[in-house]
Amino acid sequence: MAHETTTAPMTTPGPAPVTKKDFKSDQEVRWCPGCGDYAILNMVQTVMAGLGIPRHDIVFVSGIGCSSRFPYYMNTYGLHSIHGRAPAFATGIKSANPKLSVWLATGDGDGLSIGGNHLAHILRRNVDVKILLFNNQIYGLTKGQYSPTSPVGQKTKSSPMGTIDRPFNPLAFALGCNATFVARTIDTHQKHMQGVLEAAAQHKGASFVEIYQNCNIFNDGAFDDIAARDVRDDRTVDLRPGKPLVYGKNSDKGIKIDAMETKVVSAAEATVWNASTKSGAPAYVLAEMDLEKPEKPVPIGIFRSVEEPTYDQEINRQVAAAIAKRGPGKLRDLIWSGETWEVS
Amino acid sequence: MSIPPQAGVEDRLQKFESVVIRFAGDSGDGMQITGNQFTQTSALFGNDLATFPDFPAEIRAPAGTRPGVSGFQIRFASTDIHTPGDAPDVLVAMNPAALAVNLHDLKPGGVLIVNTGQFKEQDLAKARLDKNPLTDGSLDGYRVIQIDINKRVADALLGSPLSPKEVQRCKNFYTLGLMYWLYNRPLDPTLAWLADKFAKTPDLVEANQKALRAGYNAGDIHELFQGRYEVPKCETMPKGTYRNIMGNQAVAMGLVAGAERAGLKLFFGSYPITPASPILEQLAAYKNHGVMTMQAEDEIAAVCSAIGSSFVGRLGATATSGPGMALKQEGIGLAIAIELPLVIVDVQRGGPSTGLPTKTEQADLLQVIFGRNSEAWLPVVACATPSDAFDCAVEACRIAVQYMTPVVLLSDGYIANGSEPWKLPEVEDLPSFPVTFRSDPKDFQPYSRDERLARPWVKPGTPGLEHRVGGLEKEHLTGNISYDAENHEFMVKLRAQKVMAVRESIPTPKVHGPAKGEVLVLGWGSTLGTITGAIEQLQKEGVKVARMHLRHVWPLPHGLDDIFGRYTSILVPEMNLGQMVRVLRSEYPHHNFVSYPKVQGQPFRVDEITQRVLSLMEK
Repeated sequence: MAHETTTAPMTTPGPAPVTKKDFKSDQEVRWCPGCGDYAILNMVQTVMAGLGIPRHDIVFVSGIGCSSRFPYYMNTYGLHSIHGRAPAFATGIKSANPKLSVWLATGDGDGLSIGGNHLAHILRRNVDVKILLFNNQIYGLTKGQYSPTSPVGQKTKSSPMGTIDRPFNPLAFALGCNATFVARTIDTHQKHMQGVLEAAAQHKGASFVEIYQNCNIFNDGAFDDIAARDVRDDRTVDLRPGKPLVYGKNSDKGIKIDAMETKVVSAAEATVWNASTKSGAPAYVLAEMDLEKPEKPVPIGIFRSVEEPTYDQEINRQVAAAIAKRGPGKLRDLIWSGETWEVS
Repeated sequence: MSIPPQAGVEDRLQKFESVVIRFAGDSGDGMQITGNQFTQTSALFGNDLATFPDFPAEIRAPAGTRPGVSGFQIRFASTDIHTPGDAPDVLVAMNPAALAVNLHDLKPGGVLIVNTGQFKEQDLAKARLDKNPLTDGSLDGYRVIQIDINKRVADALLGSPLSPKEVQRCKNFYTLGLMYWLYNRPLDPTLAWLADKFAKTPDLVEANQKALRAGYNAGDIHELFQGRYEVPKCETMPKGTYRNIMGNQAVAMGLVAGAERAGLKLFFGSYPITPASPILEQLAAYKNHGVMTMQAEDEIAAVCSAIGSSFVGRLGATATSGPGMALKQEGIGLAIAIELPLVIVDVQRGGPSTGLPTKTEQADLLQVIFGRNSEAWLPVVACATPSDAFDCAVEACRIAVQYMTPVVLLSDGYIANGSEPWKLPEVEDLPSFPVTFRSDPKDFQPYSRDERLARPWVKPGTPGLEHRVGGLEKEHLTGNISYDAENHEFMVKLRAQKVMAVRESIPTPKVHGPAKGEVLVLGWGSTLGTITGAIEQLQKEGVKVARMHLRHVWPLPHGLDDIFGRYTSILVPEMNLGQMVRVLRSEYPHHNFVSYPKVQGQPFRVDEITQRVLSLMEK
């Protein structure tokens, strides 16, 4: 039998790995050369090495699509599931064993189209799962149809006259679901991605990270207007909790939130960003700045970060509380419960 | 038996072997509670019994209308019985709609108890009756007992702090009291139940207890009946401790038992759907048994969360009905591909689409055996009675963990809501099938096989065994993604072979009756009681007919071909258009299978089966 993959000998237990290399699986990475996914994989492996979590306590879960091949390339436990349902699998995994560090790789089609329902529910339940949504505004694995994040008018194989669908803003979606951690980063901005991924990993609860990812085959350059190295500083504003919303090559411009509107102001007047306000409204206002490009910069960074009880904690707490209150259930007592009678 | 049209006045306490009562009223009249109380009291008294609740899908259809009629049939007996009875001996009709919907089922000469307080003109109109059946002669041929229960309850509760509307809601307990008197049953169990149920509202306890006693006393005082009846204890039931059990309850307990006998914790992900929801509700109350329940956002998430839990070493389970089963199929396909244990309970109801949510059917058989994309085989177990649902749930868990496969447990609405006495098993007598998780990294291959063809089960968190599984085709042994043609065919066959290997662990079902001859009646699922009742009756009458029942409906057990060969015809009654017959004809093409379909949302009656057998023999 001719196989495309190679089989390396299985690893044996040893001290917790510390290098990025330890997180590389023996599988050949099969994304298209030049795909933004490589940069994400590289940074996730880098961040993993710094977390101090043993490989065997990490699970990567995914659905279907280019991004969902991710688990095969991580030398951890992994589940490549079915289209759109990764959040449901991840919820079962994390609830059943909250000691595991659970990560979810999804895309704009997998997460927001076929799996929109499950994504909404994992966020509102606040399951402690790290969700990475690779947004390339296109269907890559099925070869180039428009996605729920494709801008109106985009011409694709399935929209020769341009799309008529109004797109999702993934951040607004997540904020609407009351997500406790919401962030955005860019595949080519490695340093920024590292910071965001580390913050997502530290967050206790559902972390939602939208990653602008270039599909160089079917939607090349979709984010060049804001993400290209030469324009990036002027066209994006980085949301750093506790820091003013300053941007520009010379850090001279700022964003001020005033009466539920954003304004471009001087750096000195910029709002000091607070991602933990009681209401998610300020984050939502910033997320909506996308609609005003190019007049306003596209926001990246950490939009929201608040502490709430997690679903996995609570589901286990209820089981523990029931046992504490009623004692560990005995099967015989369960079967022999209710009103019984003797036949002799 | 049927109650003779004129019970002897002299003989004040007549004994009967078996009686069938149907309580029928408006959905808001509390007929299910009344029926359940009569059931519980009869069970404690020592009767064998079977029940059949039959209610509409609407929670409260317009009051007094025919669609709003809710019924509860109970048969209690001093001998072993197998069904809730074909036709009631006694019909209690709380309003004209209940009378109109149920009268045609009542036995000729049967007792009809009518609440005349609910037969005013507007009541008749709501039931779309032009004439009053109490006066137009349509009730000739029945023993009609007319009581104005509305008035009697109002009189009995005169001075109660309850509002007149609340007083009227005690009607069902008045009626129950009357039936307790007629059948010589003790009041104590229901008095105690009321005290417990309404502990927080003493006024309700008092009013309902008063109504119950008033109904009971009315039997004595008012000479409504010419005598009382008694159904003695059932002396032929095997010795032991019993409780009354409903099918859904039994499934919930069986899943807890199955997980424990596997040495695992149960995770139950489910989405509410009639008639399966009580399984979720029941399991949610068993948290102190380590059971984790999740009410998922939809049917798909329910099965996927359960698979996720199995991936990390719990026993994942879910329950649904036909429409939910359709939604879960892709997820189940993944569990087949990644070979993880999973139990899916399908409580079948009438279809297609939303169909008849509260009525019973067996038409998901082909859906569960064949309803997924590609070659996605899995074992299917079908329970036959409410108490059998416990054993079948344990069996489904056993197969799931021993063969690393999803297993479907088929129940139906008739089993789910029906009840029967259950002889309680001792835990140590239940099958035991402890799971061993793989923890040794030496020569580990995720898709290696044991003697049953099952692959190793590894809990994430185990050092050195990190691996990835998924829906893409896997290379034999390594589990790496493989598009190789030969490997794909090998894996497809291997997965099917593994499912067929379950046959090595299941018995050949027993034939009851002559070992060869003209007709074998073959049943599966909830038709067991009716078929057993019918065949026993025929055998008593000297008819040479045999019966056999299938618990494992896929794969089919060894030995069937040989058994089928000994009969001229094999009659297969099922509540669908002949789905099992299709399976049998393709598996055993050389035998004469005769399909007997019924799809009315109602179980078979004993007389339907006996007549079909006799007509088959005449040919």
